[in-house]
Amino acid sequence: MSSEHIDEVSGISTTGHEWDGIRELNNPLPRWWVTTFYITIVWAIGYTIAYPAWPMLTSATRGVLGYSSRNHVKNELAAAEAAKAKYVAAVESKTVSEIAADDALREFAVAAGGAAFRVNCVQCHGSGAQGSKGFPNLNDDDWLWGGKAEQIQQTITHGIRFASDPDTRVSEMPAFGDIITADQIAQVSTYVASLSGLVRDARLIEPGANVFAENCAACHGENAKGNKELGAPDLTDAIWLYGPGETAIAAQVRAPKHGVMPAWIGRLGETKVKELAVYIHSLGGGE
Amino acid sequence: MHVLDKTVERLEAEAVNSTKTRQPLYAPRKKIFPKRASGSFRRFKWLVMAITLGIYYLTPWLRWDRGPFAPDQAVLLDLANRRFYFFFIEIWPQEFYYVAGLLMMAGIGLFLITSTVGRAWCGYTCPQTVWVDLFLVVERAMEGDRNARMKLDAGPWTARKLVLRATRHAIWLVIAAATGGAWIFYFADAPTLLREVFTGTAAPVAYITIAVLTATTYTFGGLMREQVCTYMCPWPRIQAAMLDENSLTVTYNDWRGEPRSRHAKRVQAAGQPVGDCVDCNACVAVCPMGIDIRYGQQLECITCALCIDACDGVMDKLGKKRGLISYATLSDYNANMAVATGGGSGAVKPSLVLTADGTFSDRLAHFHIRKIFRPRTFAYMGAWSAVGLALLYSLLARERLEVNVLHDRNPQFVTLSDGSIRNGYTVKLLNMVPEPRTIVVTMQGLQGAEMSVVGIDLPAARSFAIPVEPDRLKMLKVFVRQPANQVDDTAQTFKFRVEDMARFESDEYTATFNAPETAR
Repeated sequence: MSSEHIDEVSGISTTGHEWDGIRELNNPLPRWWVTTFYITIVWAIGYTIAYPAWPMLTSATRGVLGYSSRNHVKNELAAAEAAKAKYVAAVESKTVSEIAADDALREFAVAAGGAAFRVNCVQCHGSGAQGSKGFPNLNDDDWLWGGKAEQIQQTITHGIRFASDPDTRVSEMPAFGDIITADQIAQVSTYVASLSGLVRDARLIEPGANVFAENCAACHGENAKGNKELGAPDLTDAIWLYGPGETAIAAQVRAPKHGVMPAWIGRLGETKVKELAVYIHSLGGGE
Repeated sequence: MHVLDKTVERLEAEAVNSTKTRQPLYAPRKKIFPKRASGSFRRFKWLVMAITLGIYYLTPWLRWDRGPFAPDQAVLLDLANRRFYFFFIEIWPQEFYYVAGLLMMAGIGLFLITSTVGRAWCGYTCPQTVWVDLFLVVERAMEGDRNARMKLDAGPWTARKLVLRATRHAIWLVIAAATGGAWIFYFADAPTLLREVFTGTAAPVAYITIAVLTATTYTFGGLMREQVCTYMCPWPRIQAAMLDENSLTVTYNDWRGEPRSRHAKRVQAAGQPVGDCVDCNACVAVCPMGIDIRYGQQLECITCALCIDACDGVMDKLGKKRGLISYATLSDYNANMAVATGGGSGAVKPSLVLTADGTFSDRLAHFHIRKIFRPRTFAYMGAWSAVGLALLYSLLARERLEVNVLHDRNPQFVTLSDGSIRNGYTVKLLNMVPEPRTIVVTMQGLQGAEMSVVGIDLPAARSFAIPVEPDRLKMLKVFVRQPANQVDDTAQTFKFRVEDMARFESDEYTATFNAPETAR
């Protein structure tokens, strides 16, 4: 300090540091700056008293205002629930068709149902509800158990082939590998494929039609249009849950696969199921 | 006793905190008591102050009829509804580039003004300058002019001083509150908001805004004043790069004033040269920044030209020509300095400037309006006009009807039971006029395809008439369906065309239609 350096030009002392001959003037700070600096210190002390701040052995100081970010979130969630309450009450009291007919209510149900779908349904039906082999596409207009909002609600509520729900939707196609011959399976598969224009061997169609009338028409109908009461799929359309073509059809005739969907009423409750039904119905294929 | 006789070596040591080396932590502000100036520049500044304050306070109260579906406030920043109204112009958020364009024009305009007349923005129109001027009016009305204020400030805290100071600060706070109060009227219907503010029913954000702006106005205009310009504002730093030798700045003409003397006659009698400056310090006393212009152009100088008024007054009194301090360019100043010093770099010789009969030498340079028109100012002017014309053109040519389309990506397409392919789109219709309209949405291209709109119970078709509310966006969920035998590529394009038949406005959007490989 005794070797204080004074800048010749300005007459102001320097900080004593030198970089390649360049020295830094030791100008005093403006008062407002220093004042602001002290205010921030005072503010910080007050802040640590008012709010949780100092880490202790097991937790941290709680602050005299009793603020916690968990409570903050809890309050925000409660406020969000309160804001939704009016709509939730309306969803509770109305049928799904009534909800779908009301613009504001449908918008709410589609948003809420979409959120529930992304948590509970996408694992099987895909994020865009487009399904995959064995898991139905919910965007299209082909419905095994009916595509009206009420029918969709029924399906979500009780599930499909879900053993622990007595009201679940059940259908079971027998394994025809044990009932008819391999030739007959080839014939009937070709016949079914021909219904939607996929034909390879025309000679098999006529015997196939006979096999169909004897074994399949009971459930799938004489015109093969299916039966939604029984969950029997329409065999004349372009949509094939287990794949198109004779090979896939033959496999399904020989030893059919049966998908299972859980009943969601216990887990989600009636309101959420209604919202889901409205959402699914809004995807474009609803009847 | 013994010990004292011995010589004890004195060590070279000093306490680290000795008063000698202790530095102050801050520089206390030197108080400035600007004297009232009078003259042509002061009158001009009063006029500018009246106009700028008038614009600020009155603009929100101007009305502009836009029909029943839009507010009738001429200038309104409707943040809640995300609309900006400026007389006949209405701007939606996506048109915010107009504001960017205006900011560009303001920036280039600032360059243009600075390169021609220096820091005219700082000296005349900057809100900081205008409000400090206003606050000084209050200060003078309460406590008198410079000398009275200095005396009062130095004197003890008497009852009179207390009353005067309290009144001054109270009036400042009222002005500050009115400043903050006026600001909020730009963001809501002014008459309604005024009633709400005084009945305590306005939104909390309105009161917070008033409080914050009251605090900043009071602090910046009343307490900090010149420190805002000197310490906080970047423009004094930038302007050094904006000025050149042909820019007008407030200049002390030492080629005429030096050598200055308080006793001109005595010096002259002694045969010494003497200039016009009588060193009366009038220029320093009126300066709101508290500087001495005679040191030359400096960072602190906001070129308010009050020192010109003060000096001209003194020159008039002395019977000398005005303009000892004047607006001058650096090139003129240098030329005149060369004249005054006889071309050398020595002392100024008044005899070279003033002829025997008291007139100025005809070799002196004077500012000519021509100097404003130089390549640099033309370049600024060109850039400024180009941005302005581009904005004007886009404003006149812009459409008030727009369509935006979002193609569903998940799933990209849906195969329906009859084999046809369906794609989903979110179509947004923007009706940007404050009138209800019927917009016709039509598909162009994509053979055989038809669309259906969710919420509209009509059979699928290639065209729909959609009613859209005034000044609103209408969102439609549209399903487009094409029979399988018409699909000719996995990614076909087609157009959504939207039309308003009544106003002959239209817009279109080229969308893609996806189909699976198997559908071809």
